[in-house]
This record gives sequence, C-alpha cells and structure tokens, in this order.
Amino acid sequence: MKLNTNSNLYTFIYSAVMVIIVAVLLAVVSQALAPKQQANILLDKQKQILGALKVDYSAGNPAEIYMVLVNDTLTYGDKEVYVANLNGETKYILPLSGKGLWGGIGGYLALDADKNTVYGVNFNHESETPGLGAKIVELPFRKQFEGKHIRNAAGEVVSVAVLKSGKHADGQEQVDAISGATITSSGVSTMLEVNLAEYEEFLKVESNEGKEEDHVESEN
Amino acid sequence: MLSQKTKDTLLGPLNANNPVVVQILGICSALAVTVQLKPALVMGIAVTIIVAMSNVIVSLLRNTIPMRVRIIVQLVVVAALVTLVSEVLKAFAYDVAMQLSVYLGLIITNCILMGRLEAFAMTNNAWDSLLDGLGNGLGYAIILVIVAFVRELLGSGQLLGFQVIPQWCYDHGYENCGMMLMPAMALILVGCVIWAHRSINDKEAK
Repeated sequence: MKLNTNSNLYTFIYSAVMVIIVAVLLAVVSQALAPKQQANILLDKQKQILGALKVDYSAGNPAEIYMVLVNDTLTYGDKEVYVANLNGETKYILPLSGKGLWGGIGGYLALDADKNTVYGVNFNHESETPGLGAKIVELPFRKQFEGKHIRNAAGEVVSVAVLKSGKHADGQEQVDAISGATITSSGVSTMLEVNLAEYEEFLKVESNEGKEEDHVESEN
Repeated sequence: MLSQKTKDTLLGPLNANNPVVVQILGICSALAVTVQLKPALVMGIAVTIIVAMSNVIVSLLRNTIPMRVRIIVQLVVVAALVTLVSEVLKAFAYDVAMQLSVYLGLIITNCILMGRLEAFAMTNNAWDSLLDGLGNGLGYAIILVIVAFVRELLGSGQLLGFQVIPQWCYDHGYENCGMMLMPAMALILVGCVIWAHRSINDKEAK
C-alpha cells in the first residue's frame, strides 16, 4: 500500500515526529558536549588572562601556568578581581565587558600593584568586522596601553581614552584608535571607562597612600 | 572513472554553473567573511560539508516528505546540521568556532543550501546529491577565496595573516587600500569575477 504523503494526518504526524527526533538529537548532543565546551570556555578565559599578563604559554600547559600564577580572587559585589604573582610582583587583573559595533566586546586589564599603571591588556570580541574592529585583539593595538596610567595627576580614576590620532584627550592618557573602526574603538574606550568606574571600591583602597601620589607626579 | 553525468554534477558548479557567479546565490555571506583569507577558507569548508550532508539527508527522505511542508522539512534538516556542527566545533575546535562567530549560524540562511535541496536533492538519489553538494560547496568556496585573496592582499598587505607586501614598499609611499576592507568592495570584486567569468565562457560558447 502506498502512503498518501499529501494527507493532512500524514503531514501532521511527519512534522511532529521530525521535530521530536531533531529536538532529542540536539538535546543529547548538547548535553554530551557541554562539559567539554565549558572546559574550553574556562581554558579560553585563562589564556586571555595570561595574554593580559603577557605570559607566553605556547610552550607549556596554559591551565597549569595559570594555576601557578593566579592565586587569589577578590570579590567586590558582583565584580571579581584576579590577583596574580608574576616574578614576585603583584598584578591585578580586572575583567571587562562592553559593546562593540556588531556585538559584545570584552577583555582583561592587568594593573601593577599601584593600581594605576597598566601592565598589559587583552581584548576579545564576538563579531567585530575582520580586518577592522577585530584588530582590537591584535598586539599592535593592545601594546599601546602598556605603561599608561588610569589615574590623573590628582589620583582620580579617569581611565585611558581611545582616540583618533590627532585628537587630544583632556586630563587622561590616550591611545590611538583603529582607523576605519571608529565605533569599535570608542566601544573599547567606553568599556574601560564604565568598567573602571564599577571597580571603584577595589581601586580606592590604596589610592590615598603617599607612594601613589609621588608615582603619579613623577610621571608628569 | 566517473561517468559524464557524475562529472557534470561534481564539476559543473565549479565553473559553468557556479552558484555564486552564475546563479548569484550566497552573496551576503560572500561579502561578510572575505576581508581575510582564513575565515573565507573555513567558511568555504563549513558550507561544503553542510551542503553535502543536508543534500544526502534530504535525498534519502525525499520520497517520504509531504510536499506542502517540504521547505520546512529542509530548513529543519539544515538548521539541525548547522547546530550540530557549531556544537562540535565549540567542543573540539574552539578557536575556529570563535573566529567564525555568527557566520557559522548564518549558514542556515545561505541561499545555496535551500537552492540545492529544492532543485537537486528532492529529485535525485543520495550519491548524486552528495556530489552535487560537494561541487556547489567548493564552487562557493573558490569564489570566496578569490575575493578574500584580493581583499586581504590589497587591503591589509597580508595573506593568511602574514605580511607579504614588504616594508620597503610602505617606506616608498605605498599604502594599503582601506576601501578593500569595506563590504562594498567585496560586491564590486564579485562583480569583476562575474565579468571575467562571463567573458571567458562566452568566448568558449562562440
């Protein structure tokens, strides 16, 4: 007997069965792969933090290197700060998140023990344009941030501005934007500003120490 | 080794019946992923695999699919495959999955897939459908690679991320063409490829 594949009942049952099969298949695959994906996401995060710390992990196991270097996590409300010990010096790593042109951008900002000097920075993005906005993850752009100060002469947290070359920031240090990627660049600038403001509680702890003020003055 | 029909099915889409430059399908993604060579290559491979697999599945199911909901059935097959591929990539090739980001999911909307499923897989057997899928995927990949090659070379002076235009040229006043990085240039380049392709093929036809 040949089935009438055009009858309403057949169409209805066919669709229902198909949807159930596909749903079960995808659910099983998703469940089975979830631990591996979570591990990848964690590893990716650790690699990015190592990138912000300018640690070369290509020779060894990134997860092990991370465990050795990063030994504490401070919590301020819903914000976390990772504390790393790099050759005897304390570095603070601040997770960042913001908005680029097409989707989210994020990153990790590593600060020296004075909570002022940028030691290194690492950015990531979901879907910025390759060759334009996606360049925020590349070394030439990130390197500009090294040695910049997130405080002004008065010790206030003012962040680091990302500006087109030629423009001049008022009362804060700046780096060059990526040409052709204005919105992504200003997204990075805003992300730094907004996120650093949210870390106020962490940043203010040692800001009144004399050493801090001296350091800022000597830079200017 | 291969019969004439098999050859036509597999090799036709690479040139005479190319999905991008002859049928003008899949243009949107061709504009989006061709700024650099590497994502273009990975996208080409991903599309080839998914077209081939969905072609085979739809071809095997073709006699059972109710005509009135066939487009929906095809979509479900493609969407399930794309989701599977992206889950597997996230578990085993996380870096590649991150690089393709949204474009991987957008393979679902690539017109080449729906076009091949509707025009070929619904009326042909699984083996021919597999060849047709591979041929069309590769035909798409070739155009992506040509466009990405020109855009990355002229736009960034690089190929696959390596600097190929020497510093010497920049010192003597050469500059990268920023226009090449804009999506509009991809459209113009696809136009140029179509022009070249037509003029060559028309000459042969005469």
